[in-house]
Amino acid sequence: MTTVWMTFLVAALLLPFYRVIAGPTVFDRMVGVGVIGTKAVILLCVIGHTYARLDMFLDIALAYSMLNFLGVIVVSKYLEPGEPQL
Amino acid sequence: MSIWIGSGMVTLGIFFSVIGSIGVIRLPDFYSRTHAATKPDTLGLMLTILGLAVLEGITLSSAKLLLIVLFVALGNPTATHALGRAALRSGVKPWTSRGDKA
Repeated sequence: MTTVWMTFLVAALLLPFYRVIAGPTVFDRMVGVGVIGTKAVILLCVIGHTYARLDMFLDIALAYSMLNFLGVIVVSKYLEPGEPQL
Repeated sequence: MSIWIGSGMVTLGIFFSVIGSIGVIRLPDFYSRTHAATKPDTLGLMLTILGLAVLEGITLSSAKLLLIVLFVALGNPTATHALGRAALRSGVKPWTSRGDKA
């Protein structure tokens, strides 16, 4: 069962790489990067449940979700023209 | 019983994740791609991780899983909203069905 879950999750993680490579604007690429980050958090938790080491993988997943959020926020504030509204 | 509920929630969440990835590829412009990147993606993560918490039982690990769910449910739509506003302010045009640039 967990092998099927991990197979579909890896497929869902590899699909947005098309959008990262071939996106027309840089915002499309950032949407793809955000989707890949969320799928990576799910995949880390499922891997931890598969190998019965969930407590070890959870800290990595939590840190990665925060890093993904901050990365997308920082890039969108960097690309926004004019004075950034916080 | 909790094994069936947790496995069903994880399977449904992975289904929504695959749907979100297909939507990011297939939808026609940036704003509809933010729709596919936010809603099915967040719902898939919440269902998957709550299902893993149901499978895990009441431990410290399930508390950390609930913390991940809370953080992503707050953070992911906020990040995509900021990205959409940056795209609107820098002049990305929305797609229309007639093919003309609105």
